[in-house]
Amino acid sequence: MVLTAESMLEATELACMRGDRILFTDVGFRLAPGEFLHVRGPNGSGKSSLLRMLSGLLLPEAGTVTWQGRNIKNNEEYHRALIYLGHLNGIKEELSAMENLKITCGLAGFDVEEKDALDAFERIGLFGREHLPTKVLSQGQRRRVMLSRLLVAQTPLWILDEPIVALDTDAIGLMRSLFELHLENGGMLIMTTHQELELSAGIYKEIRLTS
Amino acid sequence: MSIVFWVIKRDLLLAMRRKSDVLTTLFFFVIVTSLFPLGVGPEPQLLKAIGPGVLWVGALLATMLSLGRMFAADHADGTLEQMLICPESLSLIVLSKVVVHWLATGLPLVLMSPLLGLQFGIEGEALRVLTLSLLLGTPVLSLVGAIGASLTLGLRGGGVLVSLLVLPLYIPVLIFGAGAVDASTSGIGAQGHLSLLGALLVLALLATPKAVASALRISLE
Repeated sequence: MVLTAESMLEATELACMRGDRILFTDVGFRLAPGEFLHVRGPNGSGKSSLLRMLSGLLLPEAGTVTWQGRNIKNNEEYHRALIYLGHLNGIKEELSAMENLKITCGLAGFDVEEKDALDAFERIGLFGREHLPTKVLSQGQRRRVMLSRLLVAQTPLWILDEPIVALDTDAIGLMRSLFELHLENGGMLIMTTHQELELSAGIYKEIRLTS
Repeated sequence: MSIVFWVIKRDLLLAMRRKSDVLTTLFFFVIVTSLFPLGVGPEPQLLKAIGPGVLWVGALLATMLSLGRMFAADHADGTLEQMLICPESLSLIVLSKVVVHWLATGLPLVLMSPLLGLQFGIEGEALRVLTLSLLLGTPVLSLVGAIGASLTLGLRGGGVLVSLLVLPLYIPVLIFGAGAVDASTSGIGAQGHLSLLGALLVLALLATPKAVASALRISLE
């Protein structure tokens, strides 16, 4: 692999243990702006664990993850640059889509204007439902509430764990164009998905985990 | 500091949407404390003597009942992991969450206690001391309870485990809280007890958010 000066995120010799079972060892990669890293592997091979590790939720058993040369542990700058969406939706059922979006963004350190949020909901197909409590929405719609964050956030690194599960074909199309736009603008994308998702933009990289 | 604003706003909003949770704790407190006069008989001297202890134990149990809510729902729907990776300090988030927990459970107990105190024949200065001791003590219950709640997060049967972990830690608060009223009625003055409660509060404010933050990180690994 060519060492690029502008590689932003770098993982070296990562190892993961769950209980006393070793999920993977010696996983490493570099990610530069405009690159898409597809994490592949069968169920239980540690894809989600790897993504949690990269987002700082899970401490690696061995190895390091660095962002612009600095370890991501307690790295405020890194967490400002990152959006991690796991397989839990991370939205409150009692709150409306609008409240959920404003609050998650507020917690992540930036304020969303009402107008931008409405635009995002319109694009993602939740127009007219933004003030309903999310518990009355369907699975796919809740997923869209969670993904609406990608439309308003200006962060360079997206780490997404199975983002298009439960989405219909229209929404998958929208997500694909969103990913392509993100990569064209110099964003970085790390993702797991079992569906085929061909992106026409960005540089494709792949990690295969085996069980 | 905007993180404090957002967490407090969020949790208050959630508490308003789930009023039943707040009311359950309050009614539990009212009912438990009202059962004692029925059980031990209407002897005024006796009721006056056990009143402060009963109210304090009631407050302890009511707070403990509500601890499960503090992090469990956020853990289940994934919002807690979003808080863990947000750029601000996790201790600050924890502290904000505990503040709202106290506003939704501790404060209603404090506000209700003068009325329940009268039911036991506690009056005047003693009633004032009782309310003041609860005002100082219930935040400690929320803070210390947060440690138990975070340590048992995601465990099956966590509710029972929380009580085993947390109730022993509540003992000092109970002793100084209920003791304050006795001291005041016996003429020693409640100053000493209340000062100690205040000291416990300061200690808990300083120590628990960091401990809870670490416990949450471990629970979510």
